[in-house]
Amino acid sequence: MSETTGAHRAHAVTLTVNGVLHQVTVPARRLLSDCLRHDLGLTGTHVGCEHGVCGACTVLLDGEPIRSCLTFAVTVDGHEITTVEGLAEGGALSPVQRAFTECHGLQCGFCTPGFLCTVTAFLRDNRTPTDEEVLEAVSGNLCRCTGYQNIIKAVHRAAEIQAEESG
Amino acid sequence: MTTKLFGEPVRRREDARLITGQGRFLDDLGANALAAAFVRSPHAHARIRDVDVSAALDVEGLVAIYTWEDLPGLIAEPLPLLIPHPALTHGRTGHALARDVVRHVGEPVVMVVAADRYVAEDACALIEVDYELLKPVVGVEEAAEAVNLVHADVPGNIGAHLVQEVHSAAGTSAREAIEAAPHTLAFRLDIERSASMPLEGRGVYARWDADDESLRVYSSTQTSTSVRMAVAAKLGLALPKVEVIAPDVGGGFGVKIVHPWPEEILVPWAARLLGREVKWTEDRREHFISSAHERAQVHHVRVGFDDDGRVLGLDVNILHDHGAYTPYGIIVPIITSTQLVGPYKIGAYRVEFTSIYTNTVQVTPYRGAGRPQGVFCMERTMDRIAAHLGRDRTEVRAANFIQPGEFPYDQGMTFQDGRPLIYDSGDYPESLRMLKELIGWDSFPATKAEAAAEGRTIGIGVGCYVEGTGVGPYEGGHVQITSDGRVHVSTGLTSQGQGHETVFAQIAATELGVPIERVSVVTGDTRRFGYAVGTFASRAAVMSGNAIALACRKVRDKALKVAADALEADPRDLEITDGVVHVAGAPSASIPLATVAVLSNPLRYAFDQEAQRATQFAGPSSDDRPPVEDGEEPGMEGRDYYSPIRSTFASGMHAAIVETDPLTAEIKILRYVVVHDCGKLINPMIVEGQIHGGVGQGVGGALYEKMAYDEHGQLLNASFMDFLMPYATEVPRIETAHLETPSPLNPLGVKGAGEAGVIPVSAVVAAAIEDAEGITIDRMPISPSDLYSLRTDTRLRKIQ
Ligand code: FES
Ligand code: FES
Repeated sequence: MSETTGAHRAHAVTLTVNGVLHQVTVPARRLLSDCLRHDLGLTGTHVGCEHGVCGACTVLLDGEPIRSCLTFAVTVDGHEITTVEGLAEGGALSPVQRAFTECHGLQCGFCTPGFLCTVTAFLRDNRTPTDEEVLEAVSGNLCRCTGYQNIIKAVHRAAEIQAEESG
Repeated sequence: MTTKLFGEPVRRREDARLITGQGRFLDDLGANALAAAFVRSPHAHARIRDVDVSAALDVEGLVAIYTWEDLPGLIAEPLPLLIPHPALTHGRTGHALARDVVRHVGEPVVMVVAADRYVAEDACALIEVDYELLKPVVGVEEAAEAVNLVHADVPGNIGAHLVQEVHSAAGTSAREAIEAAPHTLAFRLDIERSASMPLEGRGVYARWDADDESLRVYSSTQTSTSVRMAVAAKLGLALPKVEVIAPDVGGGFGVKIVHPWPEEILVPWAARLLGREVKWTEDRREHFISSAHERAQVHHVRVGFDDDGRVLGLDVNILHDHGAYTPYGIIVPIITSTQLVGPYKIGAYRVEFTSIYTNTVQVTPYRGAGRPQGVFCMERTMDRIAAHLGRDRTEVRAANFIQPGEFPYDQGMTFQDGRPLIYDSGDYPESLRMLKELIGWDSFPATKAEAAAEGRTIGIGVGCYVEGTGVGPYEGGHVQITSDGRVHVSTGLTSQGQGHETVFAQIAATELGVPIERVSVVTGDTRRFGYAVGTFASRAAVMSGNAIALACRKVRDKALKVAADALEADPRDLEITDGVVHVAGAPSASIPLATVAVLSNPLRYAFDQEAQRATQFAGPSSDDRPPVEDGEEPGMEGRDYYSPIRSTFASGMHAAIVETDPLTAEIKILRYVVVHDCGKLINPMIVEGQIHGGVGQGVGGALYEKMAYDEHGQLLNASFMDFLMPYATEVPRIETAHLETPSPLNPLGVKGAGEAGVIPVSAVVAAAIEDAEGITIDRMPISPSDLYSLRTDTRLRKIQ
């Protein structure tokens, strides 16, 4: 893309995604979700609404969950991003990933990357959550398939696995 | 058989890729494809005077702009009317790109193809369409008055009109029976619009291979085989030159069974014309205004009954709003009409519907497909009868139940598949018994009184349904065992998260006696299986499940025959365990299926060690018999089809306890209980998941979701900000119990489970709120502000 003006002007952005350093040149209006999916080919991050409500596009920015569809790629220059592709460490599924499959916490799997990222950050900060806290933690993500019951079960199970493995 | 997996909560094989971000959804494909975007009508009803694209031509990265005038041949013709019906006298469909008149906000007018989606949308924004505004027709009752017309050539805005009448055993009509009945009631019931709203929208990606003169299309569809035939027909291509694949699909719930969508024709057409890959990914606003909705119906009910609450006559008149077009025919009101009677023996029944055009998004099936409305009618009717007679609501239902000894039970109507509405099996009294026990029906009055003493308002409701599932005409399955011992299963219907890869693998592993790890399953890929109908009507497990089982049995028979030759045994003495064929009771006389597969395919060339065993000089073969016997085929594979005489009928009953806030009218579901009967369970974990998801959507439909159209035909809430789908905080914990009355109609004894959860929720929640508040609930969904104004109205009425 050639250098033009305004929103179309290309900017060089450096970002670390799942521990890998990337340099991309994107127009100012490029959404982080599009940058991850289309510029970096990390299509695990999904876009369900592109207006910040469904949470499917949730990724971790310096460890904190954000909506990548509401974030311009240029604004994360120099930051670290974790996407669903980066949750498994050294090929081993994370406790959250394992719990979701164990508890049948996904059906079509479209919302799942957003839930996994959200829950990963949540359980890092709160290792022994109450029922209320779990409900609260996932209440910003939409799922049209599961009715949430097994997602909630999966979060509790993930906390359990996490405790078992660190204990 | 040691490898029995049928009936086990086997973990899903789909998950590994989906939890690691390795799924392949439509927009994950075609990294180098051009992007398509559409200029859509901002008006509900208008004539297109002119399209001026000149300002868009300078946009850097623009590749092409198309309007209706550019479309050749059949592509310019109206889209197909997929399900014609004699009662649909005035069926109308749109065009791939609007021709002359637009009939709803969101109708596609111009297609732009550009380097990426940003640029394509830039170009769209610069295209000027000059519209002459026409009077919009919004609201089904307004439309029925026909002051203005949606289609100039459709008088009265009436697309279809159908009356079905089932006389009583004594030959009385419903109207006569109601006249003569000891008690009669008449009332109106309303359900508003909602929509499937999968988290992934629609999408199409097409690649034209100029060297091979062939087309490959990926679509986020519920029917790849039918999209393939439609695309081949529209583009004038030979069918074998077109392949359609449904990749991972992020939910369907009905909306993706509609086809061909305009984009499914236009994107492949442009790809071929331009010689470039083209992709279109629907955005959320597009999904709201240019796919499909469902549910909206007005029902006028008259019922006559005796002192026990037995229904002697039922007369229902339905106004169905099918939006601007009828590509999917009148399936939804037909299902409402026929499934309304539920688990009951209705003395005499008359149902009439009029299907009406409005300038809104077209209506096609959404999970439940007309049943939630029908069940709302029937169950609200049961509650009214009980209230009128001062009887327990479950007692009135029980008085009307079809009894277990009465199956097969003929309801005397024609179902949505054109076949007689005959229920195959069920046990409704037992379901009700289980439900009452689970929810504590009999002790509820005491609980309610206790709550009241604390100043809390709670209520209980119940709802029953019967769901025709597994509709024909057919599905097929193909099973192949390759020389490495692996089993490859394919079926033509598609998956949108139901876990078909897992359940079909369970079936194949069980039938063939192989470890499930060796089985792989492909769905919705026409390269693997070309004959199929699609995924809808809770039919996948019944149709493809049975087809795959039958195909496996063919392969198994063949394997036993080949193995019997090799082992010099009688095939009847052979068993397959863990992928090894052996003589029953003599495990040493055995041969792996992998070897059997090798032997089944006589070879000339030995390309590896296994293959050597099948070459011409390798083993004993009879000189006077051909290497491939008459009537046999080389290879260890089988194909079979399952085509049932009619649908199987699953059933269930739900109950809920709700609490309403005396001050704010907030409605909270305290408990939600489901008793579900879908015949034999293939994978109870997956069935539970289907129920949870269905109930979740049902709660949305009962308390939150509606399409808010204004009088201009503008959809005011076309975003997730304003169309309120439930989050985890809105869906109650769901308690489930299963009853298994196997279907006698198919080899596996299964019935469908996909839609059930959603069906009775509005009826159940309405009943519970009514019980809590003592206010008649006759329209759903109901919001706290709706309930608040109902309270005010009721108070005012009392004062007057
Ligand atoms: S896609 Fe970002 S919140 Fe929905
Ligand atoms: S699993 Fe399909 S949207 Fe959540």
